[in-house]
Amino acid sequence: MFRTSSLPACTGVGFKPAHFHDILAAPQPVGFFEVHAENYMGAGGPPHAQLGALRERYALSVHGVGLSIGSMRPLDRDHLVRLKTLCDRYAPESFSEHLAWSSHGGVYFNDLLPLPYTQQTLARVAEHIDEAQTALGRQMLLENPSTYIRFSESTIAEVDFLAEISKRTGCGLLLDINNVFVSAKNHGTQPLPYLESFPLDRVKEIHLGGHDEETDDAGAPLLIDSHGSPVSPAVWMLYAHAISRTGAIPTLIEWDNDVPDWPTLRAEAIAAQDILSDASRASAA
Amino acid sequence: MPAPFETSFAEALLDADRPIPFGINAHNAAVSARRFAVYRNNVVAGLVKALKSRFAVVEKIVGEEFFAAMARVFVKEQPPRSPLLATYGDDLPAFIARFEPARGLPYLADVARLEAARTRSYHAADATPLGAEHFAALDAAAVGDIHIDIHPSTEVVRSAYPILTIWAMNSGERELAPIENWRGEDALVSRPYLEVEVRMLPPGGAAFLLALAAGRRLCEAAEAALADDPDFDLTGNLAELIGSGLVRDIVDPEPKKCRPS
Repeated sequence: MFRTSSLPACTGVGFKPAHFHDILAAPQPVGFFEVHAENYMGAGGPPHAQLGALRERYALSVHGVGLSIGSMRPLDRDHLVRLKTLCDRYAPESFSEHLAWSSHGGVYFNDLLPLPYTQQTLARVAEHIDEAQTALGRQMLLENPSTYIRFSESTIAEVDFLAEISKRTGCGLLLDINNVFVSAKNHGTQPLPYLESFPLDRVKEIHLGGHDEETDDAGAPLLIDSHGSPVSPAVWMLYAHAISRTGAIPTLIEWDNDVPDWPTLRAEAIAAQDILSDASRASAA
Repeated sequence: MPAPFETSFAEALLDADRPIPFGINAHNAAVSARRFAVYRNNVVAGLVKALKSRFAVVEKIVGEEFFAAMARVFVKEQPPRSPLLATYGDDLPAFIARFEPARGLPYLADVARLEAARTRSYHAADATPLGAEHFAALDAAAVGDIHIDIHPSTEVVRSAYPILTIWAMNSGERELAPIENWRGEDALVSRPYLEVEVRMLPPGGAAFLLALAAGRRLCEAAEAALADDPDFDLTGNLAELIGSGLVRDIVDPEPKKCRPS
């Protein structure tokens, strides 16, 4: 069988090169670092030097943003080879990607775009995940998306779609709780029932991040998954709720835009660790 | 497999004049223009941001507003063909060269070429530069026949404009000042270790390096350099090449075909 995802059940932080020297200056209260795969696909230079140094000291999660798994077109074989080269070189504890597409007709859009949920798209996404897991020789995790629109043709609820994908392919799930909150607000639904019906037994990692609040044409709230601010109080509450159900799960703080200094980011990781440790104690008691 | 949702979605992403894709909706029915605009904006703004970070000096020269407007045109005309955004914008210099509103700054495209070369050098393969002792050990009679394997991070950018001076003044390496000696400059970009270095090449230096990189023997490269500029100084250029860590390897001479000049 494939190598399964095996991050330590504590908090991690999305790595930003600006923090490299601060991170290496002392041991950090962080269980793992996560990097975007596509930033480490050059031949050499400082990115690999930094990733090599991090990898020696910490567990590593490689998080892809460019495989376009949710596309109905064939996967980009060259990109799969690049991912395999990267995973072989750094042997990360986990590899994850998104339930989304980002390329079409040879153009890379650099965004995580939505897909309708139907039997047809489900079959196609499952094929893509089989192909990726076979090529990489490892289990991958699939992340729930944040979305701003829905498709009239969808016939399957997102949680059921993810559960069925995981069942068919053996992939784990990456539960992004900020995405749950953003999508629920954008679609006028409640995040808690979504969490309640999420296949939590398949969740191998959790993501937490910040969002922006705007309004749509009708004045309804429109939340943007911007990863440019602290985790919101509502998302912290949903996280505590999820963790109370699952027990300790590797949890990542994502902060990709307007990146703060390292102590600020570290404080977010410590806040998540407090919730995680409470949950571990509660489940041990 | 047909994918109508993808095709109409993709077509409308980069072209704001197209209608929003068929079959998308939102719970409050007041759809969807504003909501679809989130995707349009994410795509265009994200790609413009990638170009901004790669071409920071070009942006400094033309200003944020001009750069963003120019980058938006480029993004729509030549969106990325690969998820490796570090190399997105290799074609921006050629685009700038024919971008009508930038016509008043004829050096801008070459400054962009210099910035693009810096990113390629940053991400190029690593290699340990060869020490000077390897040259001392060479047979003087055969030295003209050697091939010099240039470090993979090496880039040469030739320009009819003082691009190094302009680049240095706008990247904070030198103070902004009027450029008294307005003439062409050839730039050498390299990363022998972890830092990208940018320096000015001496007369004939660019032709010399380009010939070596093309696999010409040392004597042939020297001839090319002298043809390019009679002030070319072989000893000085070789010493600089070795001293700045640009030599990855020396390939031993094969049967001699020309004498060292």
